[in-house]
Amino acid sequence: MTKIQLTVDGDTVSDDVEPRMLLVQYLREKLGKTGTVIGCDTSNCGACTVHLDGKSVKSCNVLAVQADGREVTTIEGLATNGELHPVQAAFHECHALQCGFCTPGMIMQSVDLLNDNPNPSEEEIRLGLEGNLCRCTGYHNIVKAVQTAAGGAS
Amino acid sequence: MIPAQFDYVAPTSVDEALAALAERGDDAKVIAGGQSLLPVLRMRLNAPEVVIDIGRIDALRGIRDDGDAIVIGATTTHAEVGASSLVYDNAALVTKAVEHLADAQIRHRGTFGGALAHADPAGDLGAPALALGAQFVIAGTGGTRTVGADEFFVDLFETAIGDGELLTEVRIPKHTGWGAHYEKFVRVAHQWPIVAVAATVKADGGTISEARVGLTNMGSTPLRATAVEQALVGQPATEDAVRQAAAAAAEGTNPPSDLNGDRDYRRHLATVLTRRAVLAAAGG
Ligand SMILES: Cc1cc2nc3c(=O)[nH]c(=O)nc-3n(C[C@H](O)[C@H](O)[C@H](O)COP(=O)(O)OP(=O)(O)OC[C@H]3O[C@@H](n4cnc5c(N)ncnc54)[C@H](O)[C@@H]3O)c2cc1C
Ligand code: FES
Ligand code: FES
Repeated sequence: MTKIQLTVDGDTVSDDVEPRMLLVQYLREKLGKTGTVIGCDTSNCGACTVHLDGKSVKSCNVLAVQADGREVTTIEGLATNGELHPVQAAFHECHALQCGFCTPGMIMQSVDLLNDNPNPSEEEIRLGLEGNLCRCTGYHNIVKAVQTAAGGAS
Repeated sequence: MIPAQFDYVAPTSVDEALAALAERGDDAKVIAGGQSLLPVLRMRLNAPEVVIDIGRIDALRGIRDDGDAIVIGATTTHAEVGASSLVYDNAALVTKAVEHLADAQIRHRGTFGGALAHADPAGDLGAPALALGAQFVIAGTGGTRTVGADEFFVDLFETAIGDGELLTEVRIPKHTGWGAHYEKFVRVAHQWPIVAVAATVKADGGTISEARVGLTNMGSTPLRATAVEQALVGQPATEDAVRQAAAAAAEGTNPPSDLNGDRDYRRHLATVLTRRAVLAAAGG
């Protein structure tokens, strides 16, 4: 067991974990933050995307011990005072989901994309989301949601 | 799936890491960004007894100017390399290759040294490193040594890094003012190339004076297309001239046949992608 202490969605947490525990398992199984989901076993789908020190990562491809001392933000930490984050609101508004399984990761990656590039072109949005797979929507409304969120932010 | 059990150490200096490697020998595995290693451990294709995390060694991270070369620390992430103007101004080929490597999330975690040490023949950084004549600095308990790119890549997933050694940094000779392009052929987003070509070219007034061309996934290691490089010298950067030179791109290669394409298809691709890469690098 290895002791870790980190910040998750603004709260300091500390636990003894097996070194082999993945960050996504830690979030879901130890902290009950099941908003972050597991969609594949190959680090391809991006459903598990969270921010580590402000940068998007696939939490199924990071060990919990690698997050020791760092700051994690999950989909559950995006809203402030019950108010949806502009990207969450835009996904809702544009109907950017069907089954919703890819949505937490899509939103976390979209937020990261807009942090780097507040006014992305359609091409830049599609490239920026290339590590996130959606089996339902055909991506069209997801791209529209990111454009809407970008417009709203400027 | 989750990995088998292992012990974990996170040294904060290269010496500590080397000591840990020396102590645990064959039972140990180094982790940098983990973007290649964790999938392997999760599928239980490997089960080391101890994992040595070099991600907390500050000395291994960063990019610096060292006169006639730029030096990239082994654990500098793909995202950091891609955003560096020092890299872009002096080795634009690296910037171009990193741009479409994997996806944004993987680029935030995966490291320059990790990708090169992993030595996947389909990896995007080997061909640019080879084309630019990179030098690999490798540390062991007995001291450090420097290995050229032509000796570094030994075979599939095999490099000159020995047991108990660490890749600490990669020195890339400056190619200031050279045009560059990485032409990557993929069928699916964020994946390894079926074939890719790394080209960097010095062109004066529309005439190519020097060229370096590296090939990805055309053999068990990255390869230099030396016949193309020689044929390009003194040629105008026109479609016809470059096509003729690029026809030699598959010479001396030994590409794999797999579900993405057979050997002959890859050999053909190499000539097409070389033409595109060189023309784009020359600004044509
Ligand atoms: C979905 C997905 C898509 C990808 N797509 C691409 C792609 O298109 N192109 C591409 O090139 N790559 C791709 N990759 C791989 C990516 O580039 C990895 O980041 C990189 O190969 C490994 O870097 P790392 O720092 O994560 O290394 P790790 O996974 O930590 O280590 C990889 C190997 O190198 C060894 N190692 C690491 N650092 C050192 C060191 N300093 N000294 C000695 N040994 C060391 C480790 O022991 C291990 O064996 C992809 C990965 C994923 C998961
Ligand atoms: S669950 Fe992490 S990438 Fe699919
Ligand atoms: S909405 Fe179903 S996977 Fe994207």
